[in-house]
Amino acid sequence: MAMIAADNRGLRLVTRYAVLVLIAIIFVFPLVFMLMSSLKPDQQLLQDSGNLRAFLPVGDISLQNYTDAFQRAPVATFVFNSVLVTGITVALSLLLCSAAGFAFVFVRWKGRDTLLALLLATLILPFETIAIPLLMMVAHLPWVGFDGVSWGWLNSYRVQIIPFIADGLTVFLFVQYFKDLPGELIEAARVEGASWWQIYRRIVMPLSGPIFATAAILKFLVMYNQYLWPLMVTQEEGYRPVMVGLQYFFQLNVAWGEVMAYLSMITVPVLAFYLYLQKAFIASIASTGVKG
Amino acid sequence: MARISLKNLKKSYGQTHVIKGVDIEIDDGEFCVFVGPSGCGKSTLLRMIAGLEDISSGELQIGERVVNDLPPAQRGVAMVFQSYAIFPHMTVRENVAFGLTISGASKAEKDAKVAEAARILQMEHLLDRRPSQLSGGQRQRVAIGRAIVRKPQVFLFDEPLSNLDAALRMDMRMEIGKLHQQLGATMIYVTHDQVEAMTLADKIVVLKDGMVMQIGAPMDLYHDPANLFVAGFLGAPSMNFLKVKVLGVNGGKVLVSNGALDPVEVSGKRALFKVGDEAILGLRPQYLAVAQGAGRLHGAVALTERLGAETVVEIALKDGNPLIAALSHDAVFGIGAQMNLDFDPDKAHLFPNEPGAGSVAKH
Ligand SMILES: Nc1ncnc2c1ncn2[C@@H]1O[C@H](COP(=O)(O)OP(=O)(O)OP(=O)(O)O)[C@@H](O)[C@H]1O
Ligand SMILES: [Mg+2]
Repeated sequence: MAMIAADNRGLRLVTRYAVLVLIAIIFVFPLVFMLMSSLKPDQQLLQDSGNLRAFLPVGDISLQNYTDAFQRAPVATFVFNSVLVTGITVALSLLLCSAAGFAFVFVRWKGRDTLLALLLATLILPFETIAIPLLMMVAHLPWVGFDGVSWGWLNSYRVQIIPFIADGLTVFLFVQYFKDLPGELIEAARVEGASWWQIYRRIVMPLSGPIFATAAILKFLVMYNQYLWPLMVTQEEGYRPVMVGLQYFFQLNVAWGEVMAYLSMITVPVLAFYLYLQKAFIASIASTGVKG
Repeated sequence: MARISLKNLKKSYGQTHVIKGVDIEIDDGEFCVFVGPSGCGKSTLLRMIAGLEDISSGELQIGERVVNDLPPAQRGVAMVFQSYAIFPHMTVRENVAFGLTISGASKAEKDAKVAEAARILQMEHLLDRRPSQLSGGQRQRVAIGRAIVRKPQVFLFDEPLSNLDAALRMDMRMEIGKLHQQLGATMIYVTHDQVEAMTLADKIVVLKDGMVMQIGAPMDLYHDPANLFVAGFLGAPSMNFLKVKVLGVNGGKVLVSNGALDPVEVSGKRALFKVGDEAILGLRPQYLAVAQGAGRLHGAVALTERLGAETVVEIALKDGNPLIAALSHDAVFGIGAQMNLDFDPDKAHLFPNEPGAGSVAKH
């Protein structure tokens, strides 16, 4: 009996790992293909792509594609723009959407439920449906800068940031999470004299690490992958992000090696950062265990 | 000072009326217990006093101020919750000091006050732990520590002991009693455990369905319950209720009997009784004794529970109704043995037979 049980467990373990490895391969091979291809001249790249050599650093290996990519497009500018826009949007979004979630869950005010329902209804609208009206709007909005009032937001960072700070999904994530926090903690803090801001800052935020991390990752993905909107609202490459930058490599003759080099440059740092965050994320869940 | 006065306080959620006009006066330094069955509105009333629930109508006064519209922080109250509600991401020290931190106290002041609270509650050795490393009783201490450290005028407790096991509950009950004497603050304590109510309270407020049934000192309520509900709610085992017929009325005295009860004259001050009325006779199990002679109540033993110092006997009366007697000595009875009981008529309570009286609280 015991033998069979042990065997079964072993078998199950093997199966499980086999499946996981298979999934990992499916996910990882495109990445390996991209990295390897970025090191090869176009002709070899196309030849290799039909066989296993595509995944191996063999043949005429060099960093030439990277040099060429830098010459073809202002790569550093695109990366800088994306990082700036994404970073600011994620930070402001976490702040604003969590504060909104807080108000929806913990503060009692008139019209709260109606507004929440309305907000959730926006979840079903794809961005494409409001892109054009939004474009019309931002093209005519005023802005107060250091040099007085100006009209129209086109060709700027703010036009890529402000429309994406608040969104229904992020607020919804926070609302759902906050609802599960023990209400008596909030009430205890109120009786102890804490203001709403203090409750948010000292009680709710420290207990909500996991949801902040989740919301940040989701928002990051959306923002870093922005393509349609920046394409619509920016004409100058000085404001354009990485995904729009990809166009520079798809002209008359597609230089596949350079495309792969460019893609490697814009994905690998993000992946590294994500893996790092994931560790911090897991640690934060482990340490803030809310238990009764 | 911190007198608390509730004047015709009401609370409704939409069409659901939860508190239906409550008047209570609590003196400064008094230990007042709200007691009642589950769902009667104890917590709601307490939370209205704390400022965590809006008051639908009526007036709430703490000290000299009407506080209906003040936020909890400005009412000068501290509250201990049933779930303890201690902050899981802070150490015990940070938890206890939370109110002081919020009000911007200096580090020296915080350290001194936390140390004092920890000394009173004997939890100095716990200060640097996290809540997840504490037992239930220890968490309870932390919650109380957080409440006492700001020296509020009023303490509110919502069933603070209900998550503890029986032995610990008794310890903590005594400690809360001591704490009240030490601090001299006004305390309002919610429980549905009538033993806690009887032992701790200066004043008990018995609630039912959002209404006050009776207010008074524990012994007054015990010996002189105003109605069937209070009579049945306080005391364990709870009071026996016998349906009786009024045979005669003579001044304040009423002669009653039924199939198992020989005619007996008891005091009938709670209502006007007329000959021929049905009435309810309340007899505490503790005041029943095995009769030396013929006795007044007749039945047969149905069940006995020997507890050592006490023997609880369930008797099937001659008319078929059950009766509980708590005899203050150890005794052995055979099941089915005939039993005659006696009681002091002055210790019996006669109530009018209200509609629904038969279903009086069995707690
Ligand atoms: N938000 C609400 N909406 C409607 N009814 C409510 C709401 N909150 C409480 N109630 C009702 O109010 C009544 C009193 O509730 P409360 O929590 O004060 O009871 P309680 O006496 O503290 O009971 P327990 O001993 O079980 O804690 C209950 O019948 C409950 O269903
Ligand atoms: Mg309650």
